[in-house]
Amino acid sequence: MIAPFKTRYDQDLDLAKGPGSKIAYAVLLLVTAAIPLVLGEFYVGELGGLFIFAIAGVGLMLLTGYTGLVSLGNAAFLGIGAYTNAILLARGVPFLISLPAAGLLTAFFGVLIGVPTLRMSGLYLAIATLAFGSIIGTVLQKWDSLTGGFDGFAVQTPTILGFKIEGAWGVYYAALIVLVLVVWVSMNILRSPLGRAMVAIRDSEISAQSMGINLAVTKSIAFGISAGITGLAGGLYAHYVRHLAPDSFDILLSIQLVTIVFIGGLGSLHGAIFGAAFMRLLPQAIAMVRDDLPFGLGQLPGLEPSLFGLILVLVIMFEPGGINGRWVKLKRYFQAFPLHRKPAARRQKSYAKSERLR
Amino acid sequence: MEDVLRLLQLSINGAATGCIYGLIALGFVLIYKATEMVNFAQGEIMMLGGFIAYTLVGKFGMNYWLGSGLAVLITAAFGYALDALVLRRVIGQPQFAVVMLTLGLAFIFRAGAGIAWGYDSVAFNTPFTNKLVKFGGDVVLGQDNLSIIFGTVLLCGVLYLFFSRTRLGIAMQASSQNQLAAYYMGIPVRRVFSLIWAISAGVAAVAAILLVPVQMVDVNSGIVGFKAFAAAVLGGFGSIPGALVGGVLVGIVEQMAGYYLPTGFQEVTSNIVLLAVLILRPQGLFGQVIRKRV
Repeated sequence: MIAPFKTRYDQDLDLAKGPGSKIAYAVLLLVTAAIPLVLGEFYVGELGGLFIFAIAGVGLMLLTGYTGLVSLGNAAFLGIGAYTNAILLARGVPFLISLPAAGLLTAFFGVLIGVPTLRMSGLYLAIATLAFGSIIGTVLQKWDSLTGGFDGFAVQTPTILGFKIEGAWGVYYAALIVLVLVVWVSMNILRSPLGRAMVAIRDSEISAQSMGINLAVTKSIAFGISAGITGLAGGLYAHYVRHLAPDSFDILLSIQLVTIVFIGGLGSLHGAIFGAAFMRLLPQAIAMVRDDLPFGLGQLPGLEPSLFGLILVLVIMFEPGGINGRWVKLKRYFQAFPLHRKPAARRQKSYAKSERLR
Repeated sequence: MEDVLRLLQLSINGAATGCIYGLIALGFVLIYKATEMVNFAQGEIMMLGGFIAYTLVGKFGMNYWLGSGLAVLITAAFGYALDALVLRRVIGQPQFAVVMLTLGLAFIFRAGAGIAWGYDSVAFNTPFTNKLVKFGGDVVLGQDNLSIIFGTVLLCGVLYLFFSRTRLGIAMQASSQNQLAAYYMGIPVRRVFSLIWAISAGVAAVAAILLVPVQMVDVNSGIVGFKAFAAAVLGGFGSIPGALVGGVLVGIVEQMAGYYLPTGFQEVTSNIVLLAVLILRPQGLFGQVIRKRV
């Protein structure tokens, strides 16, 4: 069965698709909660980093995958969140306040950049956010008195009610809790009128507008939410790297974030998490096989970015649905087994679409 | 007098850098007008053009003019192949998919150049390196900067004649304005688009070769592509003269900011200009305002 057969209107609004998926997600939650008891510190740390990038991926997915607005400046939001959280902690603000404050301030910046860019679409938006990202990067570098300039500064260990959140385990659980919260909130947003309005804007701005959706308000809110979630990820990222430096929040990171969303699969929250997993695990995989590659291929300095570039190109050319699209096709193949027919997964032939205002 | 001279010096230097921005922006605009794609790898194509010229002139010891011409042709052929093999396949996908695609290509080019030519900066001798021209005794200008400005003007003249006088140029204009009508008139639209990619890659190679006396070629040269965005947007993204004027303006403003404002401003000038234009006048200096029709 490809889609569940619905007999009640409520089923349209249900978070889980059926009893099976409820059980599956509960098991997944238990397993992720138990992982640190089994695995070593290194792997737990890496998984914590994965969760942080998954949070940022969910933030960008709401903007790019669901509202159709591309941001090439999300590293700046990550940076603002990280610096806000770290600076507030250094001034003695408790972690439970500083982290949400980081999210809120970043959301404010998101609305700030979102409002003037409302008149632009697609391409102009990408360029404008790119410029915004590089301006923020320079500000972080030059505002010595607040950010410590080029040298950056060490991030304090946070405490909650006298309990220290330290080491790989602390970051892991903090990131896991925030990730679950963020995904839950995002799912709820997506089934609310706001979420439906966002999807409508993605599919056609003109038809959304004629259905009575206020484009400016919806887009600004989408920018704010996306930036806020990315800011939370940034706050956690500060504890993950433990030493903030401005050059880590450059355009490369922005592009990595967008790559997460694209490789994972646009328009699905699963995709954001798949993409983050791919993005974090590929460097590890490369490091593992680096010494065994023939022709000294493993010693090439530009191996990692070029592989990311190549994979991005191949995904866009051959599987626009990303990892999630592939996953859904695989699932359907087994659900229909042995009755699967090839044309069921065929892509529609597409023609050049003009986005010119004409 | 001192101030006037300095202002003149800054303007010439700025205009020279601005010409490079303008040429890269010209590449963006040509492709955008025709195919509605934005080539984020334009700066990287310029970097490849520079490296190819370095190989021919600097390594194989070819004559400067012969080697440069050959480098431009090779880069143009590369641009043609890029469109025919990769970009033609993503027609119909959303615009930002193309943006990401070209960003991915940019990474690949950068790594490829690093593998093929290494990560050191290279340069070769040109007829313009380290030579000065004196005007009326007091004003001394480098031939390198002047050659950039002169080369840009010449190239623009050639392109203007090409687009207005030749059959192929007019076919290109027609395909940019209305693909379907052009197709019905017997123009092979897809091949014409690939040729436009070839031209814009060739223009990028010319920019790279003109830039050699001023700045060495290295793997990260492509970063000027981002500054050229400011030029293209200022000119109205879709206007060819606009791209050049925008480039020169951005170049001059950047030089002035570097001299008169505190450090750090020069790097972000182009970005601030870009954001300001997008917020205050999104259609740019030369763009038209077109209303959307349903």
